[in-house]
Amino acid sequence: MTLGVTKKEKIDALAENVGVSLAASAWKRLRRSPVFLIGATIIGIFVVLSLLSPWLAPHDPADPMLIKQVVKARNEIPPPQPGHPLGGDLQGRDFLSRMLVGSQQTLIVGVGATLIGLTGGLILGTLAGAIGGWVDSVVMRFVDVMLSLPALLLAFSIAAMFAHPSQFSVILAISIVQIPVFARLLRGSMLAQRASDHVLAATALGVKRGSIVFRHMLPNSLGPVIVQSTLVLATAIIEAAALSFLGLGNPDDRIPEWGQMLGDVQKVFDTHPHLAAYPAICIIIVALGFTLMGETLREALDPKNRR
Amino acid sequence: MTGAAALALSACAQSERGTDSGSGKVGGTFTFGAAGAPKLFDPFYATDGETFRVSRQMYEGLVGFKPGTAEVEPALATKWESSSDGKTWTFTLKEGVKFHDDTPFNAEAVCFNFERWYNQKGPAQSDAVSQYWLDNFGGFKDTPDKPSLYKSCSAKDAKTAVIELSSSTSQFPSVLGFTSFSISSPEALKKYDADNVVQAGDAFTYPAYANEHPTGTGPFKFGKFDKANNVVELVRNENYHGEKAKLDKVVFRIIPDETARKQALEAGDIDGYDLPNAADWAGLKDKGFNVAIRPAFNVLYFGINQKNNPKLQDLKVRQALMYAINREQLVKSQLPEGAKVATQFMPEAVNGYNKDIKEVKYDLDKAKSLLAEAGASDLKLKFYWPTEVTRPYMPSPKDIYGAIAGDLQKAGIQIETVSKPWNGGYLTDVDQGIPDVFLLGWTGDNGTAHNWIGTFFGRPDNRFNTGASPWGKALAEELAKANSEPDEAKRTKMYEDLNKKIMEEYLPAVPVSHSPPALVLKKDIKGITPSPLTDEKFGGASKG
Amino acid sequence: MLRYTIRRLIQLVGVVLVLSLLLFAWLRALPGGPVSALLGERATPESRAALTKQLGLDQPIIVQYFKFLGRAASGDFGVSNGVQPGDSAMEIFLQRFPATIELSFSALLIAIALGIPLGYLAAKRRGSWFDNMSVIGSLIGVAIPVFFLAYVLKDNFSHLLGLPSIGRQNGDIGATRVTGFFVLDGLLTREFDASWDALKHLILPAMALATIPFAVIFRITRAAVLEVLDEDFVRTAESKGLTAPVIRRRHVLRNAMLPVVTTIGLQTGALLSGAVLTEKVFAFPGVGEALALGFERRDYPVLLLLLIMAAIVYVLVNLLVDLSYALIDPRIRTR
Repeated sequence: MTLGVTKKEKIDALAENVGVSLAASAWKRLRRSPVFLIGATIIGIFVVLSLLSPWLAPHDPADPMLIKQVVKARNEIPPPQPGHPLGGDLQGRDFLSRMLVGSQQTLIVGVGATLIGLTGGLILGTLAGAIGGWVDSVVMRFVDVMLSLPALLLAFSIAAMFAHPSQFSVILAISIVQIPVFARLLRGSMLAQRASDHVLAATALGVKRGSIVFRHMLPNSLGPVIVQSTLVLATAIIEAAALSFLGLGNPDDRIPEWGQMLGDVQKVFDTHPHLAAYPAICIIIVALGFTLMGETLREALDPKNRR
Repeated sequence: MTGAAALALSACAQSERGTDSGSGKVGGTFTFGAAGAPKLFDPFYATDGETFRVSRQMYEGLVGFKPGTAEVEPALATKWESSSDGKTWTFTLKEGVKFHDDTPFNAEAVCFNFERWYNQKGPAQSDAVSQYWLDNFGGFKDTPDKPSLYKSCSAKDAKTAVIELSSSTSQFPSVLGFTSFSISSPEALKKYDADNVVQAGDAFTYPAYANEHPTGTGPFKFGKFDKANNVVELVRNENYHGEKAKLDKVVFRIIPDETARKQALEAGDIDGYDLPNAADWAGLKDKGFNVAIRPAFNVLYFGINQKNNPKLQDLKVRQALMYAINREQLVKSQLPEGAKVATQFMPEAVNGYNKDIKEVKYDLDKAKSLLAEAGASDLKLKFYWPTEVTRPYMPSPKDIYGAIAGDLQKAGIQIETVSKPWNGGYLTDVDQGIPDVFLLGWTGDNGTAHNWIGTFFGRPDNRFNTGASPWGKALAEELAKANSEPDEAKRTKMYEDLNKKIMEEYLPAVPVSHSPPALVLKKDIKGITPSPLTDEKFGGASKG
Repeated sequence: MLRYTIRRLIQLVGVVLVLSLLLFAWLRALPGGPVSALLGERATPESRAALTKQLGLDQPIIVQYFKFLGRAASGDFGVSNGVQPGDSAMEIFLQRFPATIELSFSALLIAIALGIPLGYLAAKRRGSWFDNMSVIGSLIGVAIPVFFLAYVLKDNFSHLLGLPSIGRQNGDIGATRVTGFFVLDGLLTREFDASWDALKHLILPAMALATIPFAVIFRITRAAVLEVLDEDFVRTAESKGLTAPVIRRRHVLRNAMLPVVTTIGLQTGALLSGAVLTEKVFAFPGVGEALALGFERRDYPVLLLLLIMAAIVYVLVNLLVDLSYALIDPRIRTR
């Protein structure tokens, strides 16, 4: 059973781009690519900021310290003031602190979702690609079912099915959607290698299958996986915001996350636009950073571009 | 209760108002932005506000509510009398009333409706279908294990209907003012197979009467339900027995998103909508809209369940929670204009409200010392709050939760937070007693105390699990006794005492606030009185 | 070719059945659901239990699933209890699907009209300032959360451009319904004002929805044109002395079209997902809004049917793309 030749091709084409020698030349070209450098700089700043944010944040992001300035009846929230340069949010919490700490949670969502998706895909893809036969059939049928729903819709559905939504359910919903993509990627890459000279040679020499898979086939598949992971980091952050917007995100906002901050303020988009604009702009910049890195990586690793 | 006294009261009250009717332009279409589509149009099977709102314009009951209050006033019955034991009620009906299908309204039609309700069969007996009957009248004719309050109805003559009850209740006759118990045309009920409710899979489907042919006596008739455009249209009843409606048409346009409703109003697409976000009231007023604030006829409470945490069975711990929550600050910062701290589980307009109960002020030290006395300084609570919902008493659950949780933590109470979607597990879990503390509330159906504290604590196995305390059962019995007391003065006194006892001796939960919901209208819409029961009738409304 | 098509269709049925079983089982295993939706906050433990039994929700899930399949075979997918309470799920789908098609189609048109020419120009001027800016611009399009962009458009541009910000058509127009496609209906019945009004309602949501397909179409066009420009036959053409416009017309664009067509087909998924967010913001009564409301109000019958239909549409479009691909490029068929 196959699902869209073309959709798979897109993934498989990426999977064929293997080769260790590629890495060195790719790195050479990346260092000279301004687009890649812009992306890497954005992400570098973002990662440093999120790691340091607990120390940088002037206040506890969960403390409603400015609650007395919140008056729902007049739609008033704490304005910027000494000690609180961005003012407060709807519950009177320091907005700057929430933005800063939010970066950390955003990184956790992105990295968490990517890692889980990658691990799931790694297991399924390796099983299918390395063993083949009926295992391959079963895994690929499963992947087909998951690919039969548009990715974001599948993420919405998975998130809606958690009886007890939380940060973890958000991460899981986003990551499960990525499993079939990673699985396909790895399987394609492994199938390509199974027929390649060095694997055939190793098999002829009597090297064990496990050893071939882990010492030769997996490392050679890493390039496309890294590209895909970088791109998933961007989509994960955007999807987390979409989940919150639909009321499927993490309802507990004591520890903030940008997507959640953006998705939760839809009722005041028109009256307090800054509550939405700050997290939105941060999300756009970070997602752009990851995408720039991913796209340039993809181009650099593409053998067709080695000219 | 003496019907004459009640009648005199309401007649007198009626002559006082009515200043805003009579003027106003005739003609025009009033477009109202509804948050959801009506489920059906037969009020008897209705259970939700959006459905009631539409039915209310087409139907009338034997009694109604005085606009802007929860007081009973005559509607299709001009007066009524009860026997001294409160079991026999004689209604004198208005004459010359016709249903929309031109058939006459009379005592026989009244009895036909009561018998129809009492004789529901099969799937129609489900709680999901005949919820209001089950809640207020109990069982049906063929459910002997589930007794019914209703016994019989007889037509003494064309304009006199006598209704026999199996016991006396404070709910009667105000319960007949619920839109659910509106009188339908017997001919139309028969012709369109009104009782033929079918269970299909995990849902119910309703007959033609409920979907396409609702036939009442009200100032508006059913026009059409254009589903592709999400619009319900009602047209003026030219043969109305009272003062004819001024509007040609009432249109309900369904706009599920709240922000979208606001923008539709601002763009002039609709003339008004219900439950504007409290934060928008000021802005809407500034833009020249009329924010009609309803009297706060609801209560938000901080629920306490004694089942899983034995420490919560200690009155001192429950009192500590009351002192620890800064209700005043909560009302000020999170609730709309006109909201009040609740001193008891019902607002002032309810019969039996006790004025002497003092407002308990926020007192952190007292909370801490009470906890220490009870040996519960290390109290740990599982705190539930709902997502994906707003209620008139709870405009933004998340913000209310945030404020209360902050207060409790200041008192040294540890909190384990659980949030679930309202329809996706929250209500189920609260009903099953899984949380220790939770947020919930109530919007009143009528002005009897039974509809409030009777609903909350009328059974020992309630949401608070009061049965776990020795007084739980006693409270339930006392409530039942008060409800069946036929003498109104005595009954009111009993409820006042009970309110005091509940707050001072029992404290099964902490009443937090009463917040007024609002309705927003364009300035040129006149003659709509905001009602505590959301019982706004558009019959007297005009545009321009 | 025919055999291939039939085989793929059979596979489609299999995938949809498995998907529906998974969705069904998962939805049923959850608390709340139909019982909570029907009873609301007035429920008592007894009424809950009674209704659960009455609706057959206490039976094993596999039994419930087969009953559901039985009813589904006769077109009965259950009744909404949240989105449009009382309406059958199928009715809701049929009513709203044309709206979503109209919206997606408009978005795709915008994306194509901008994406292909820009992609072509960027490729021709590879490495130029224009190329770099348009690449980054398209990536920003991907990085913006769709619903945020939708709000920005709605709050800032509807007044500015005099465009309606919510809904699908002004109710007062009283248009006649023929096909359910409002723009088309107006043309058929010669109620041109209705068409124009429906079209105006489409502009802002379609612009928001167009960002993702635009970015993808732009990048694919650019990449495809770059690749084709390098290929031997273009070089041959050049060496044969053909002029630039001729090369462009004859070879480059046609050969570059293949991946572009594919991508347009693949964007169905992004459009369906994006419609959920965009339609919610613009209160646009399509399938997406119903899905958003269904998630919010936990309307399981509607969610189940709409998700299954989304999967069918998605897989069918992919099948069509594959088939057209095979028609255009004979090499595929031999595989």
